[in-house]
Amino acid sequence: MPTNGFEPVIVGFTCNWCSYRAADTAGMARIKYAPNVRLIRLMCSGRLDPQFVLKALADGADGVFISGCHPGDCHYIEQNYKTIRRYELLKKTLTGLGIEDARVKLVWASAAEGAIFADEIDKMVAEVKALGPLNWKGSKP
Amino acid sequence: MSNNSQDSKPKFAMYWAAACGGCEIAVLNIHEGILDVDANFDVVFWPVAMDTKYKDVEAMEDGSITLCLFNGAIRNDENAEMAHLLRRKAKILVAFGSCACEGCIPGLANLYSKQAMLDTVFSTLTTDNPQGIRPQIAFQAPEGELSIPYLFDTVRPLDHVVRVDYYIPGCPPESPQIAAVVGLVIQALRGEAQLPPVGSVLGVGNSTVCDECPRKRSEKIITEFRRMATYQPNSTDCLLEQGILCSGLATRSGCQARCPSANMPCIGCYGPAAGVVDQGARMMSAVASVVGSNDPKEIERIMDGIVDPAGTFYRFSLPASLLGHARVG
Repeated sequence: MPTNGFEPVIVGFTCNWCSYRAADTAGMARIKYAPNVRLIRLMCSGRLDPQFVLKALADGADGVFISGCHPGDCHYIEQNYKTIRRYELLKKTLTGLGIEDARVKLVWASAAEGAIFADEIDKMVAEVKALGPLNWKGSKP
Repeated sequence: MSNNSQDSKPKFAMYWAAACGGCEIAVLNIHEGILDVDANFDVVFWPVAMDTKYKDVEAMEDGSITLCLFNGAIRNDENAEMAHLLRRKAKILVAFGSCACEGCIPGLANLYSKQAMLDTVFSTLTTDNPQGIRPQIAFQAPEGELSIPYLFDTVRPLDHVVRVDYYIPGCPPESPQIAAVVGLVIQALRGEAQLPPVGSVLGVGNSTVCDECPRKRSEKIITEFRRMATYQPNSTDCLLEQGILCSGLATRSGCQARCPSANMPCIGCYGPAAGVVDQGARMMSAVASVVGSNDPKEIERIMDGIVDPAGTFYRFSLPASLLGHARVG
């Protein structure tokens, strides 16, 4: 894959209860995965305001990785369903703004699924590498 | 316009950049309030209302205009030059109306490349332009070189170009709100009132349009989005609850919910509510919260009912949003 040394910057949002612990599990199991993701822990994926994603992309991220508990497993009962809906709408809006689907990804990972978490990050980093840098230039001077 | 008695009056200017002229109409709609403006200010520059030239403004002393209402977005070098000029000449520069505050309808051009926009204007089937003539920046006429302003790639709100003292949003701002702000400035000039802190949004409420809306609200569970063109909502219940995409929940109050009161959804012209950075993101968040399904397939089906989400959620605020424009070319 021609990457010309491009290493994407990916901002990752995890939830406190499942996916952040999945990242921990991956670490404790010493699973190797791409170091391109900067994780930010939220209490719940339902806390993810679309503004967070837009700000990340506007300020230099090449992609945004969103993760949470599996549907039905949310610590706050059903907030991750809200995440599905926001993500669906955000993706449609981003398409209208010319941003590829692969740059914003939603992945479910339970606390035990460290391997899946690592694997999904690897896959996303490869996809964003293939897309190339986003290099967003806002309209501000 | 100036004699000795008027020279001592504070000076007023109003300018339009990329705008439609509706803001000037809204100012004139303050009715006899316009006489207060005339009684308290010497109107020195207002291209819509009087014949003054840019060089007249250039000749004024810096800071000599007390109040300048600047409406319109910045989309060409003439707009930008006038923004810089009026910033120098005005003590109080107000971003007046949605175009100057957030980019407004002209800002929707940021969804496309400049080339695509020019193609649409000058080269579609419905345009009678057999020679394919396009505007040129400069043209050599027998009388000399003629030039027109250079069109920028993107539309920008006023505060992306110069420092702005106050914002009065709305498309256009509501006339009673304008009258109240003008009244406040007049009082402040007489020392009877204090001007609000620089950077304030004036002539608005502190909440969202929903708070001013007279419609009946109950639980919002949406299973289908409908469009005004094909569906007649009843005139008493919340429009969003009836499946009409209404921007009231992400939009700043101040208009007395005029559109929902007239059985039309709020389209967001008063810009983001206080504390909201990105009006479109807040709309996405709010709308997603009230979609009545937890099944991914069903959610997708419901969301597909929203035609053109980028253009709808950012109808008035794309240039001032976090991304500011679409990725084009």
